[in-house]
Amino acid sequence: MFKKTMALLLTMMLLAGLVAGCGPKAPEQQQPGENNAPAEKPLKIAMVTDVGGVNDRSFNQSAWEGLQRAQKELGVQASYQESKQEADYATNIETLVDAENDLIWGIGFLMGETIKTAAQNYPDQKFAIIDYAYGDETPENVVGVVFKEEEPSYLVGYIAGKMTKTNKVGFIGGMDFPVIHKFHYGYLAGVKAANPNVEVMVQYANSFTDEAKGRSIAEQMYANGADIIFHAAGATGNGMIEVAREKGKYAIGVDKDQNPDAPDNVITSAMKRVDNAIFNVAKDLKDGKYAGGETVVYGLKEGGVDIAPSSSKLVPKEILDEVEALKAKIISGEIKVPATKEEFEAMK
Amino acid sequence: MLKDLAFILGTTLMYATPLIYASLGAVFSENSGVANIGIEGMMTVGAFSAAASAFILSDVYGILWWVPWVAFIIGGLAGGFFGLLHAVASVSFHADQVVSGIAINFLAPGLSLFLSRRLFEGATMTPAIPLNAKLPRPLNGVIENSILDTIFNQYASVYIAFLLVLLSWYVLYKTKLGLRIRAVGEHPKAADTLGINVYKIRYFSVILSGILAGLGGASLSMAIVASFRPTLISGQGFIALAAMIFGKWKPQGAMGACLLFGATTGIQIYLGSPQVGLNISANLLSMIPYVITLVVLMGFVGKAVAPAADGIPYEKGER
Repeated sequence: MFKKTMALLLTMMLLAGLVAGCGPKAPEQQQPGENNAPAEKPLKIAMVTDVGGVNDRSFNQSAWEGLQRAQKELGVQASYQESKQEADYATNIETLVDAENDLIWGIGFLMGETIKTAAQNYPDQKFAIIDYAYGDETPENVVGVVFKEEEPSYLVGYIAGKMTKTNKVGFIGGMDFPVIHKFHYGYLAGVKAANPNVEVMVQYANSFTDEAKGRSIAEQMYANGADIIFHAAGATGNGMIEVAREKGKYAIGVDKDQNPDAPDNVITSAMKRVDNAIFNVAKDLKDGKYAGGETVVYGLKEGGVDIAPSSSKLVPKEILDEVEALKAKIISGEIKVPATKEEFEAMK
Repeated sequence: MLKDLAFILGTTLMYATPLIYASLGAVFSENSGVANIGIEGMMTVGAFSAAASAFILSDVYGILWWVPWVAFIIGGLAGGFFGLLHAVASVSFHADQVVSGIAINFLAPGLSLFLSRRLFEGATMTPAIPLNAKLPRPLNGVIENSILDTIFNQYASVYIAFLLVLLSWYVLYKTKLGLRIRAVGEHPKAADTLGINVYKIRYFSVILSGILAGLGGASLSMAIVASFRPTLISGQGFIALAAMIFGKWKPQGAMGACLLFGATTGIQIYLGSPQVGLNISANLLSMIPYVITLVVLMGFVGKAVAPAADGIPYEKGER
């Protein structure tokens, strides 16, 4: 029994990350709107969510809001398929292809390979994907959409640099890889632009789910004098926001407006406007400007990233005015925000 | 230096607490002869139920002193309910205990998500519990020494965990009930011959194990953080099971193992912090808990022997 239990345990530990997030696979069919085709056939656009589901108050939800806006303003027919686990991506895409959608969205980096395979299998079907760049190998029937995460990170870094009273701020990264580096170095550059004397404490949690770890790292940073911490660590950051709430310190959220999680503590958030990107691509499709084979980069200029609208609650107006000026400079290209360590170091 | 040590100890206590509850649960179940792989699922449903009830109760009745405690207990009961399911399948129906446990690990998170969507307008995470409706911190502001404060200013769930270790040890080794639990786990037939109701004892132990696991989940969602989300419990249940085996199926041993896991995490965070400035890759640092565990397992822990009847369904009258 001992051996058996041990073997099982090890297997289960490996599976745990997978299982925890998704629960049982339910063949959930959120069917694309009723097919009683009206006189003029509207465009049909559908999306496949990542495992968080459509109401995750983050990424997928934002994407769905964009599609809904397209439905309202452009008259397209919107629908979605929820993925409960990664194995569902392919079947969900198949379902949507069978439903004769004009465009199918994959929401999230993890769907990259699946979308590419589907695009090769169905060369006449148009696809688009959030957060994945195939570079030169983008199939003709796929649009990749990526975001300049470093730009909003720069802006929140600037706010942190201006608002810190201890001249120490923190950054908690999820995992040490290029997407998170964009947040990291954009933030560093923003802090330094606001005040070169501010020290930035950086620590990577090496997990996007370990909330206790996020909590512990944040506790130490606050104890060592940081008074504002920014995170790009998914659910790990939830632990950080909780410490901020308990200790009455400031925190900066990521991806969506995280102010509702701790209304007195989350001063601003570095937001990715997935909804805007989805809406714009829908509009392009309607206007016959579908950019197949290309990777579209959404930055401040394109309205693809921003800081949270709730920032005005806790950030003084003077600072926000300066941030507006910075935005204009980033858009005009006067300020080039670093996205990697090399670019950051080259700035000095 | 003292400050750093205090930080590591404080993190150890915080990190180990949910694991201690869950591994105590595993200790009871396995000592009575029922393998409980479903701890992870029971923790998940406990974490969800506690966070959801704390939010709803504080919304309906206002923030009263009993709200967090009732929510905490609801978390335990929710885990206990899944313990009951496990008991029905594996004790009454002699199902394979591992299969039943895995089923629970699928069922419990699924149910939690489903209920969360029902209750909170489709959201898969519960809204944050108001600060005062979290479990209390009895020593908050009492300790003036900042070093001691870092270590001991913890949520009530932490102290309760250690009290429960003591209580579990007492029950298992100093009471008639404990003797019966262990007898049923070692040799159910002999116990049955002597008039002990094997099924009853196993039901009791498995349900208790679910309650403890549920409390473990609640101690995460109501103290360490203040909301439930689907990734909150990701692997803690299995680590708790490993801690139980590591601790040789004894409450005090399991506690030691959980503390070791907590301490290695604390050390890992400390070494990775910018103050220490070691500049080691976070990937390497993440190995620390596992490396230390392996070393301790190889060097200091002797042979672990499971209860003889662990994992074997008992059928009355079978030869």
